Amino acid sequence: MLAALRAVYLLKGVWAILAALLVGSILIRLGDSNPIEAYQALFTGAFFEYHGFATTLVKMSPMLLAGLAVALPLRAGQFNIGAEGQIYLGALFATWAALYLPDVLPGWLHIIICSLAGMIGGGLWGLIPGYLKAVHNVNEVIVTLLMNYIGINLVSYFVSGPMLAEGAPYPYSDEIREALWLPYILPGTDAHLGVVIGIIFAIVLYYVFKRTSVGLSLATVGHNPAAARYAGMSVRRHIILSLVLGGALAGLAGTYEVLGLKYRLFHMFSAGYGFDGIVVALLAEGNPLLVAAAALFLGGLRSGANIMQRAVGVPTTAVEAIQGLVVIFVAASVAFRYESSYLAAAWRRRKVMDAALAAERREAQDKAEEAKQP
Amino acid sequence: MMEILLDPTMLSDFLSTSLRLSIPIVFAALGGVLSERAGVYNIGLEGMMLAGAFGAAVGTFFTGEPFFGVISGMFAGALTAVVLAILAVSLGVNQIVAGIAINMFSIGVTAFLSRIVFSGQANTMTLPGYKAFAIPGLVAIPVIGPVLFQQDALVYLMYATVLLLFYLMFYTPWGLNIRAVGENPRAADTAGVRVNMVRYICVLGSGALAGLGGCYLVLSHVFLFSEHMSAGKGFIALAAIILGRWNPVGALFACLLFGLFDALQLRLQFANPEVPYQAFVILPYVVSILALVGLIGKPRPPGAVGLPYRREGK
Repeated sequence: MLAALRAVYLLKGVWAILAALLVGSILIRLGDSNPIEAYQALFTGAFFEYHGFATTLVKMSPMLLAGLAVALPLRAGQFNIGAEGQIYLGALFATWAALYLPDVLPGWLHIIICSLAGMIGGGLWGLIPGYLKAVHNVNEVIVTLLMNYIGINLVSYFVSGPMLAEGAPYPYSDEIREALWLPYILPGTDAHLGVVIGIIFAIVLYYVFKRTSVGLSLATVGHNPAAARYAGMSVRRHIILSLVLGGALAGLAGTYEVLGLKYRLFHMFSAGYGFDGIVVALLAEGNPLLVAAAALFLGGLRSGANIMQRAVGVPTTAVEAIQGLVVIFVAASVAFRYESSYLAAAWRRRKVMDAALAAERREAQDKAEEAKQP
Repeated sequence: MMEILLDPTMLSDFLSTSLRLSIPIVFAALGGVLSERAGVYNIGLEGMMLAGAFGAAVGTFFTGEPFFGVISGMFAGALTAVVLAILAVSLGVNQIVAGIAINMFSIGVTAFLSRIVFSGQANTMTLPGYKAFAIPGLVAIPVIGPVLFQQDALVYLMYATVLLLFYLMFYTPWGLNIRAVGENPRAADTAGVRVNMVRYICVLGSGALAGLGGCYLVLSHVFLFSEHMSAGKGFIALAAIILGRWNPVGALFACLLFGLFDALQLRLQFANPEVPYQAFVILPYVVSILALVGLIGKPRPPGAVGLPYRREGK
């Protein structure tokens, strides 16, 4: 009975999502559609149809990497709200490496170089808030938030100026040559290798968090900076490191949007994946493996949104609202812990009472025995 | 650019634009000051401003009266703030997480509802709004007069709100309670202040004020609602709160600074078509960050901001 109750509490993330979908169905109803039909179209389309699932993977790829980009600094207690800007900078650097480095290397090696360039771009965009936080004690939430706008406009400037393709009707760069496109993983669809790379990073990060000294010192800095300092760790350096690495991961998300999907750098190309990354990281409570699961779910929600719009005419903005609801409910669910629930408290009291009763009984027995012995 | 400083009409024209551009940020920042002074971070200002803008558009659309738009805009902002209050004050959820959730929800839900309510004509219609009128006498002051006293009703409301909030915060027992709750909730509780009640009221007030910023966007600026029209203004307000040292008057001046740079970037953009416009668009954001870095002395946020309050022995 209590084990079942504990399980109910452990699955609170699932309940939160269900509650969000339930409230979301009111929104869909407001839009004059049938919620059951709408959700059916959304989830079958996103997870049980070949092309739909491929689109889910396409959306999952940047969300997963952006989710890791948020989860890593979170480990050290830093909020990275700037993944969106870091995605843009990563894409900018990667596109630059793809278009302007001499075409002498084999494709796969050039792709790796582009990926490194993307990580440097994103990492740079994480270095600024990290440095400002560590050295000048400037709130990283606000700096990362504001740097999103700077990053987006920077890309906008490059693709409408120095990198603008000849005769382009819209600000975008030249096309990247085909040797540098990421391989497809599902034939006949857009699903590219980015999602696999993301999953590899999730597994690596899980291992780093669990088993390595870097993972431990990041967590120590995040949970108890005073203890970290006492143990000789530099809090400053860890804050900078966590935001730089986070930025680098987001930069990679941007890189693979270009190399895997768009093949050009576009003005305003990211559909808010950096912000989705925040949702993903929160849903997963910072656990890299769960980040992958959450990104799959959210990617499905996004790709299913288009299918739902075509099938039952519910605008995709409904899904954005539902996504917000998911975050609200998941955030609320964090507050509900089995340990602090009324029933758990009652159970603890009962145990204490049982122990007291047992002690009393033992005492009575001892007395009775004493009385027997003359 | 120098001719602006020399020509009084051009100068007051420029300053007037600066003031108008800063108004939405001022309201949001005042809201942020109120809730952070009570110990609750409000990253959700952006979402509350957007909700306020939507509420203002809906209210005005159905009644034809901007006044009811303002009422419903403030109500929408406060309604969004209820979510923050429940999450952050009652449930003790991380306040930054709660704020982010609110922003996302607000962006999605206003976009969705605006299509239903205005059924596709959102970008073509024009709502009635507030027009500028002069305050006799004061408007005659050279340069500054036309800047400060040739504005619309919401701007005058802003002046009153800043003064009122300043007075409330520092010269009334309520203000003392608010600051005590944000500084040391345990001590305030011991003294008989109902900590979470005070926080609820401040968070709701914060939402209403941010909503008012949204009202200004709709009723005095563009006269329609468009998706995500708050466009990061709520985030700049967050920087203004720190620059203004959690003081309503300080926040006002910080916002005026941002408004000045916003007006400057618009003018530079117009005057230099050969320079890419993005260079100017990022100006207010860059200035915000630089201002936070170059702050003289260390800003000291309210002692208990970000921390949920729980009574012991529960």
